[in-house]
Order: sequence, then C-alpha cells, then structure tokens
Amino acid sequence: MEFLIATGIGAMTAAGIYLMLRRRTFPVILGLSLLSYAVNLFLVSSGRIAINQPPVIQAGVSEYTDPLPQALVLTAIVIGFAMTAFVLVLAVKARTETGSDDVDGGA
Amino acid sequence: MSLLLIALLPFLCIPLPLLAVHYGRTACAWVTALGPAIALALLLGSAPTVFGGETVTVAWSWLPVLGLELAFVLDGYSLLFAALILGIGLLIILYARYYLSESDPMGRFYAMLLAFMGAMLGIVLSNNLILMVIFWELTSISSFLLIGYWRHLAEARQGARMALTITGAGGLCLLAGVLLLGEIVGSYELTTVLDSGELIRAHPLYELTLVLILLGAFTKSAQVPFHFWLPHAMAAPTPVSAYLHSATMVKAGVFLLARLFPALAGSDLWFFLVSGVGLATLVFGAYGALFKDDLKGLLAYSTISHLGLITLLFGLGTPAGAVAGVFHIINHATFKASLFMSAGIIDHEAGTRDIRRLGGLRHKMPHTMWLATIAAASMAGVPLLNGFISKEMFFAEVVVESERLGAAGWLLPAVATLGGLLSAAYSIRFVHDVFFGDSRESLPKEPHEPPRYMRVPVEVLIGICVAVGVAPALVIGPVLDVAMAGVLRGEVPYYSLALWHGFKLPLFMSVIALGGGLLLYLWRDRAEALHERVFPAITGKGTFEAVLAGAVALSRGITRAFDNGSVQRNLAWLLTAAIVLGGYGLWTGGYSVGDAHQTPAPWAAFGIWAMLLAAMTALVVLHRNRLIALILVGVAGLLSAVTFIYISAPDLALTQLSVEVVSVILLLMALRLLPEHTPRESSAGRRLRDGALAVLGGGGVAAAAYAVMTQPFTTISDYHLVNSVPGGGGSNVVNVILVDFRGFDTFGEITVLGIAAACVFALLAQGASATESAHRESNHPLMLLVGSRVMLPMMVAVALYIFLRGHNLPGGGFIAGLVATVALVTQYMASGIHWSERRFTGSYFPVIGWGLLIAGATGVVSWLFGAPFLTSAYTYVDWPVLGHFEIASAMAFDLGVFLTVVGAVVLMLANLGKQPAHGDKEESSWSS
Repeated sequence: MEFLIATGIGAMTAAGIYLMLRRRTFPVILGLSLLSYAVNLFLVSSGRIAINQPPVIQAGVSEYTDPLPQALVLTAIVIGFAMTAFVLVLAVKARTETGSDDVDGGA
Repeated sequence: MSLLLIALLPFLCIPLPLLAVHYGRTACAWVTALGPAIALALLLGSAPTVFGGETVTVAWSWLPVLGLELAFVLDGYSLLFAALILGIGLLIILYARYYLSESDPMGRFYAMLLAFMGAMLGIVLSNNLILMVIFWELTSISSFLLIGYWRHLAEARQGARMALTITGAGGLCLLAGVLLLGEIVGSYELTTVLDSGELIRAHPLYELTLVLILLGAFTKSAQVPFHFWLPHAMAAPTPVSAYLHSATMVKAGVFLLARLFPALAGSDLWFFLVSGVGLATLVFGAYGALFKDDLKGLLAYSTISHLGLITLLFGLGTPAGAVAGVFHIINHATFKASLFMSAGIIDHEAGTRDIRRLGGLRHKMPHTMWLATIAAASMAGVPLLNGFISKEMFFAEVVVESERLGAAGWLLPAVATLGGLLSAAYSIRFVHDVFFGDSRESLPKEPHEPPRYMRVPVEVLIGICVAVGVAPALVIGPVLDVAMAGVLRGEVPYYSLALWHGFKLPLFMSVIALGGGLLLYLWRDRAEALHERVFPAITGKGTFEAVLAGAVALSRGITRAFDNGSVQRNLAWLLTAAIVLGGYGLWTGGYSVGDAHQTPAPWAAFGIWAMLLAAMTALVVLHRNRLIALILVGVAGLLSAVTFIYISAPDLALTQLSVEVVSVILLLMALRLLPEHTPRESSAGRRLRDGALAVLGGGGVAAAAYAVMTQPFTTISDYHLVNSVPGGGGSNVVNVILVDFRGFDTFGEITVLGIAAACVFALLAQGASATESAHRESNHPLMLLVGSRVMLPMMVAVALYIFLRGHNLPGGGFIAGLVATVALVTQYMASGIHWSERRFTGSYFPVIGWGLLIAGATGVVSWLFGAPFLTSAYTYVDWPVLGHFEIASAMAFDLGVFLTVVGAVVLMLANLGKQPAHGDKEESSWSS
C-alpha cells in the first residue's frame, strides 16, 4: 500500500511539474492543482497509513490514525482552492487585458 | 512606573495631533505639547530622587531568551538628556506652529516629531542594550520621515534617504557591537555592562566590539568620513533641523560615547580612534562651515565641527575630559538650537537664507539680530556666555593630555586652537554678513520681525546661554555634578566652572582663536580664493551616490542573469534548484527504506493506482485539449478523495469531494473565457527538458514519500487524542484541532480565504456589470431548473446536518460551507444569475465579514473569562423534543468558518460567472 501511494504521489507530481512548465496559463494552473493534490497526500501519509482507524474517539477503541496532518491538510485543501481561483482570475484578467494567455505575456 | 510612562508618552500621543489638526493650527500645537509637557513634569518630579543620589530603574521581561527586557533607567545623565529632549522639544513645537505654512500638513509633522521624540527618549532611558538599539533604529526611521517631510522636493527625499542609509547602516554595526558586548559581559543590562569595564577591555573581542559600536556612534554623530549626510539633511523644515541637529539625533552618537564611557574607554585604541576622528571632524567641519553660503549649511558644518570637539573630549578617555564633553553637549544644544531657529526666522521673513543675498537686516529685524548675535558669540566662545566656559575647559584638557603624544605633543593644542579660530571666523560671518553691511533691495520678501511667539523659544534658550555663561557654578553646577556621577558611575573629579582661571595657556589659546578668527574673517576673500584652488572636488554626496548606484547595478546584473522576467524560466530554475538540493541531500545522507510494518494492499487499491497512472499519462499526452485535461485533473482529485476514505481520513475525503465540485465548476467557467486548446509550441528539446525535470521531481518525491511512510515514528498527536473529548468537548479530533487546539491557525486561514475572495472581486470588478441586460432566463433547461429547486432545501438540510455533527463525527464548518456553496451555485447554474441574486443576496462581502467577526468574537469572548484567545467551553443541555445536546463555544467559531467559506466561494464563483466572454458582451455564463 505504501508503495502504491508513494508512486501515486510521484505520478501526480511529475504530471504537475510537466504542466507547470508549459507556456499557457491554463495548463500551468492545472499543474499547480495537481501538485497540491500530491503535496496534500504526502502530508497526510506522513502520519503513516492506517486502515479503519479514523480519528473519531469511540468507547473501547484505542488505536487511531494521526489526526494532526489531517487537520493541516483540510485547511490546505480549502486554501488551495482559493489560490486556484485567484490564479485563474488573474489568468482571465491577463487574457482580457493583453489578448493572450501566454504566461510571459507574449503573443 | 512613571518612568515607563515618560518613555512611552510621546508614542502614545502620536494620534493626537492627527486628530486635533481639524480644530485649527494653534489647537494642534497645544494638543501636541500636552504629552511632552506631562512627561517633562513627571521627569522633573523624579528629579529630587536622582539628585539625592539614587538611580531609578524599572524592568519588565520581554523576550528573555534573547536577553531583551523592557527596562528603563533614570540616573543623572539620562535625566539631563531626557530634560534636554523634552524641553527643547516643547520649544520646537511652539516654534513650528509659526514656521509651518498653511499648506504644510501640520498634523503629520507633529505626529512624526512625537515619534522621533519618543525614540530619542527611549535611547537615553533604556537600561537594556538591545532595547536601546531598537530605539536607535527608530530615530533613524522617524528622522528619515522628518527630513523628507516636504516630499515633493527631490533634495528632501535624497537627503532623507542618505541620512537613513548612513545612520541605519551604523545602527546595524551598533547592533552587532552591542550583541558582542552582551556576550562578553553575559548580560544586556546597561548598568551591569557599565560595571564590567575591566572584563570588557581585557576580552579578546574588545577591539572588534569597540570598532562596531564606534561605527554606530560616528555615523549618528556625523563624524568624518560619515559626516556628509548631515548637510544634506538640511532640506528638512528648519524646526526639524533645529531639533535633530542640536539636542537630539546627532547627539545620540556622543550620548552613547559618554554612556558607555566606563565600559569601553581607557584603552589606547579608544584614545587614538575616538580623539583622532574627533580632531579631524573638528577641523574639517569648521573649515567647511567657513565657506558655506547657505545659513543652514554653515550651521550644519558647524554642528559637525562641534560634534567633533565633543567626540575629541570623550576620546581623551579621562574623567575631566568627559566632564567637559558633557558640559559642551548642553551648551551646544542651547546655542545651536537658537541659531537654527534664528536662521529659520530669517529664511521665513526674508525669503532666502543665502548669505550672499542677505545683509543689513539689523534695521528691519533688530530683535532677531540681538538673539542671533548672542547665540553666535556663544558658538565662537566669547566670555560671559556658556560656549566660552566649555571651550576653555576643552583647551585646558587638550593641553594636559598633549603630554601623552610625546614629541608631537604640540600638535593637539595647535589643532584645537585652529578649530577654535575657524569657529570664531564663521560665527562672525554668520552675524556680520546677515545683519550688518548694506541693506539689499532684491530680497524675495520684505523682511520684518517674526510673530511674537516665534521668538519666544529663541529667547528662552538665549536666556539659558547667558545665565550659564555668567554664573555657571550656580546655574548648571549641580546638574553637571549629578550627570557626571551617572556617566562615571562614582567619584566625579574636581573641576572648576569659574570664569577666570588666571593667565594660563588656555586663555591665550582663546585669545588667539578669537583674534585670529576676526583676522581670518577680514581676509576672507583671499582665504576663499585659496580654498577654491586647494579644496578637493570629491564630495561625500558624489561618492555616496556612486557607491549606491554601483550596488544597485551589481544586484540588478545578478538578478538579470537568472531572471529575465519569464515565468517559464523562473519555474524551471526553481524546480531545478529544488531537485539539485534534494539530490544533494540524497547523495550525502543516503537513502534507506524503513522496516516499519507495511500495510497490505487490496486489489481495489491496485485498480485505483492503475487508474491514476493512466490518467496522468493521458494528461501529459492530451493536455492540449483543455476540456479533457480538466476532466483528467478532476479524476486525480476524486481518486485522492477515495484514497482519503481508505486511509482513515473521512473529513478529508468529504472536503476533497466538495472542493472538487466547486473547482471543476470554476475551471469550466474560466475555460469559457480562455482558449479551448493549447497550441503546440514547445520545441522537442524543451519538452525533453521539461520531461526530465518532471521525472526527476516526481521520482524524488515518490522516493521521499516512500522512505517517510516506512520509517517508524512518534507523533505529538497523542495529546490531541487524549484531550479532545475532555478538553475540547468533541470526539472528532480533526474538527477539534481545527476549531480549538489550532483555532488561531484556522482563523488565519479563513482570513486568507476572505482576502482571496476580495482580490478576485477586485480583479473582476470592471466588466462585471455587462450582464445587466442579459435576460435569457428562459434558456435554462427545465429539468435542471425544477430539479435544482427541489434539491435546494435538501442540500441545505444536508449542510446543516454536516455542520451540527461536525464536532463529534466527520463534518464541520469547512465541509458544511462547501456543501451549502454547491447548493447555492446549483441555483445560479440552473436559474441564472438574476433569478438567484434577487432571491439570495446581492453581495457576499457581508457574509464573509460576519463569518470572520463571529470567529474572532468567539476568540475574544474567552478573554472576558480570563482564558487565552479561543479557549473553548462546552456544556450539555436537555432540549424538550431533541433530547440531550452538547453546546460548545467552538461551534460558534465553526459557524464563522462556515459563513466565511460560503461567502468567499460563492463570491468567487458568481463574479467569475458574471464575466462576459470574448465576443458576447451581453452573455453571462450562467445563462449560456
């Protein structure tokens, strides 16, 4: 399982990096989103993989997964959305102003 | 306690003039004077204690780890300086009331003046070295603002920048020196440091420490070669010059020399460095003053010269020299402040301060003439004025100490006399060229006496000059005694404040100085011709500007070499750097997989994994079709949500799922405004490079993630798990962490969310109104329309349910907020923006605002119960029908989160949706 998650994170990172290096705004934004998925998954898995041990306190249960990375990532997901929205609007605005969606403002 | 109040009063009063300026200029000045006047009264109230031989100290711990304390000390020396700062400050406030014109923003001036005054008071009252450096830098900053007060003048801005650069850089040296000093002594407490002189001078780091601290003092006190900022600071309004360059700013440097005298002085290095620099500055400044045609320029160079004199006196390293130095600080402050104010009056009433254009003003301004003449005579060292007595003491000390130089012993008295001679010459020039000679006709203004109260500050200071000059032992003796007890921390040596010391060498030096000065003034034409030929053309300003321009060019060159403004190139560099750094860590640290227990993977996991890899491969290949790319990214998002469920993170799964929905909507709307396809532009080489970076980066991250996951670990979360129910009152630990343990973080995060929404709104503000005429409501698919309206109450109910159970089961404000958002956005999509805005709310800003307010207020309420910010409380109540319920204050906080999320996300989506697409100005995406 660890191997699958690690390689999954790697695959999303690689695709994210490749898209980030494109010349047009839209792929760059998609790349950033992918990268944040990868980072979020990485952060959660730093609390190690645990199956069927959600961090919800129940009588008689003593084993829980690490809740702290989850709390961090929960806000990271929402903030990540806000940033995506902001960059997208920047891209839209840049297109309206310059008539181009080139990240370097070229034609 | 009152000591703290004295130090902070000017800062506390900063808003007053800004508010009072609306009630007239005189009211503004009175209100400004209030704070300093109270502080002065408190100070004088403490004076008897200090004169009784006590040292008042107060201290509060601030950052104990760094040795920083909020500590103040009041001994004779700091009492003297604080009284000078506040007393002359009050006179300046009165003077500035009449100096500033109607068009000058007076509130801003007084506010900055108070800030500066507070910073100066902080320097002289600090009993902690680091605290003192903080105030030291505050004087640099506030003097920058004051010098640049007339911000429309280029020379004011340049002068301000130069002063800030030089004194700010000196302040950094001082900080370094003070840190070394604190390390040597083991304490940053001033009084402790002053008692450790032997230890400090014997320490191997003494030389370095001394040089660094002296750099701070010399830059502040405009000693050669750092003197050049001072003349350029004359672009400031004259009240500022009168304050900064007589009693305060430039005196901070010599204040420090005297303050640290017991700790640092007494070595040969101190003697040669400090007295050498002082001597050079004394002569250089006096020589420069002689040839300045600007009244304030003349006074600026004369200030440099007198600061050199004071520095030289401290440099001698003897207690008697220090007495003369402190005495001259007082005298210079009084006569120089009055001279600056006189120059300001002349400038104000005659319209120019160019000596070549002025003359014969004795008829028009007789009163001002007397004041300026007495002040200038004091500067020249004429008997029966205070300047004479300290100059005599200076000459006497120089004669005594000249023995230390052996064969070159004559040099010190000779150069000192030369300095005195030049000083006399420029003083005569100041008076004679302005007030005597022929009257000039071509002045910009018809000169006349200034308003009555503009002269009062000058008269007060001149009164002090004369009183001290006539009866020094009576007037200033006790003050000097108690101040010197503070400086020397013990026995004050015998010194005489008498006017007459008999026919001794110092008297002859005085006679030579005054007589020679007169002769030099009479032969000034010849001297000037010589000066033109000999004086080097290199100016401090030119060198400064050249060095500054060079530094800027260098850094710009380095930046350009890496960053040509291309985002693509920047990102490539960034990623390369990250990969190289990661690779270096791998190379040096080695790679090892831990042997922690591995979780077995079910077949479904392999299926998900295969789907993800396939989606990523397809994405890279097909990404030019943007719709497909968007779908594939959505697949990745959904697969991570599924993974979250599997690895025991139900809250994350819910969040990811709902964010995914709004993200896709958002991206789709943006796609409407952007091209549908990405053109094939990158060369094969570029694609290969990017591919290599992607594989290296992705591989590195995968390897790192695998290594992390397989290492055994300990976590700090046990605390959260144990305390979640008893402390936070909730069994969903993730939610309790968000709203309770780490509530402050969450508060920051929802604030960011609100700011992002505001930015989106601001960016799209123009052009969003084009949809006013778009009434294409009938275009909406009927099934979607009906379905969405039926769904709305259900979705809201779901959101409510998720919100309420969030504290104990997966859910909470974030997720509920996103679900509610989806419910609202569905209505926008199905029924159009007009239908929705008529029924919901026109603006989501208040929703964001209320959310943040509620969250913040929940935190503040816990203060009322004496608990830290955001401490939560909870209780159980029995409701008639619903049963046993828990009510936690954290729930109110979560409500704030909920509202902020809803407001921010709907605001962003709605505004992007309102944007007209290219070509169809009338259309909005909600109705297409």
